Amino acid sequence: MANSSDPARRRRSASALLSLLGTATAPLRQSLAVSLSALGGNAQVAFARHFDSGYNPRASNGHNPRGEGGIAVRNLSVRYGERYAFEDLTGEFPPASLTAVIGPNGAGKSSLLKTLAGIIRPAAGEVICAALARHRLAYLPQQDELDRGFPISVAELVALGDWRNFGSVREPPEGLAASVYEALAAVGLLTVMDRQIAELSVGQFQRALFARLLMQDADVILLDEPFASLDESTTADLQRFLERWQGEGRTVVAVLHDLDRVRRHFPSTLLLARSPIAWGDTSLSLSADNLARGQKALVLPEGGRLGRVA
Amino acid sequence: MRIALVACFALALANGPIGTLLLMRRESLSGNVLSHAVMPGAALGFLYAGYSLAALTLGGLLTGLAVAGLAALTARSRPQRQDSNLIAFYLVSLSFGVLIVAARGSQADLMHVLFGTVLAVDVKALVLIASISSLTILILAVLYRPLAVEAFDPAFLRAVGGGSGAFRAIFITLVVLNLVASFQAFGTLLAIGPMLLPAAAARCWTHKVWPMIALATVIGMAAALAGLLISYYANLPSGPAIVIGAGVIYGMSLLAAGRMRLTPTKLEGR
Repeated sequence: MANSSDPARRRRSASALLSLLGTATAPLRQSLAVSLSALGGNAQVAFARHFDSGYNPRASNGHNPRGEGGIAVRNLSVRYGERYAFEDLTGEFPPASLTAVIGPNGAGKSSLLKTLAGIIRPAAGEVICAALARHRLAYLPQQDELDRGFPISVAELVALGDWRNFGSVREPPEGLAASVYEALAAVGLLTVMDRQIAELSVGQFQRALFARLLMQDADVILLDEPFASLDESTTADLQRFLERWQGEGRTVVAVLHDLDRVRRHFPSTLLLARSPIAWGDTSLSLSADNLARGQKALVLPEGGRLGRVA
Repeated sequence: MRIALVACFALALANGPIGTLLLMRRESLSGNVLSHAVMPGAALGFLYAGYSLAALTLGGLLTGLAVAGLAALTARSRPQRQDSNLIAFYLVSLSFGVLIVAARGSQADLMHVLFGTVLAVDVKALVLIASISSLTILILAVLYRPLAVEAFDPAFLRAVGGGSGAFRAIFITLVVLNLVASFQAFGTLLAIGPMLLPAAAARCWTHKVWPMIALATVIGMAAALAGLLISYYANLPSGPAIVIGAGVIYGMSLLAAGRMRLTPTKLEGR
């Protein structure tokens, strides 16, 4: 080999070799780059389909009040093993309606909400809900279903509501902090926005979850006992959001226990006791006759505990 | 010794985030089960090929993933019995593994499979561990957000369209991969230790996720260093020494955190 102890010369020959390699492989590299970029495009599409179908920043031009928000159910039944949570429910939550779902404990109210939200698969029947498929449905679980010890701050929790603008992997948009601030101001939580959720009271945590609902900007909003164990003023504050959402053309369905509240604030009611007792205008659904039927319909098999309406 | 230390550091790098996520998802029991599920496969690999890295790794990976799949199937059918299912999987896997090793190997082989030998990690095994750690960190960096959100509020993730089933599968696969990587060093009984203990200790100190992951990684490395030094100078088995190191740090963190919790600000709102 030529004088390999001369470093400069060795560098020259190495660079010459490299440039030769570069020219020789240029067409190969180009075709590789083309096929790789196609592969990358495919991978991105596949990734979006499987992992990130909720990322849809174009959908955030505000709520669409064209009335696609209704939910229809047909012969809907949900079963846990042998026991029916509820069965044979047929009807419609019309677009821009505000409906209370009431009934004794164990009547299947929460199961119904979970089925509408697509969390439980029904044993029979179907749910027709355009908002669910387009990820325009928001679901507020009962508080004890969430892990309050989870390490997340209030602001982070609320920011999650804007998911469609960042999805699973993308950078959050510029205006996120401002809209989080706005939502927190609307529910009166600005003073605690940097705290961890473990440090909040029950009422503050529920306010934070409502702020997340505000961010979600959904067409259909399902709430499971949104006012459970809240004090009067918090309940009154949060109740206003339900009415505001209905006014904006959203469909709101809430599981409740307080009959007086339902009579005062909810135009329509579904009285559920394993099977639907009444569904429609609140004053008609909540007749004394219907309430008695609801109570009678549900003698729980285990221990004969009689469910209580209200 | 140097290779062992680097291997432990590489493991700690991946185990920090994996362990923290396991704790946050309240899946530490499934992590434990999976670590034992690695055993029958590794034992089969040992039966056919002796101490071959490829055979042990592939075997462990196969049975680990198989048990993860089984656990997912049973979870779908009967959620309330999942705990007992997992414990059954864990006991049966462990027993199978011991039987298979005992069929051909000696007592020493059994000890090796059960408790590992950090000092026996060679360059080939180190490359495997480092690759798995790097892959884990890369994938977790990409999928961190949906994994964390799913741990907190799975119904929300589903409603906004986050594809949760796929994430769980990927995460569990990563856990199995890391357990297989740890298996060389810590054996099937202890592999979960360096994964969970540092994360549990870190959880005592902070309520924020990123500091938690960083702290778990540092604690994992410190435990590895301390354990290796002790085992070297006192001539003790290194895997258990490292796990005990992590355990001591966890105990001290619990005590310290217990003292901090007594202050009124921390009690507020609980």
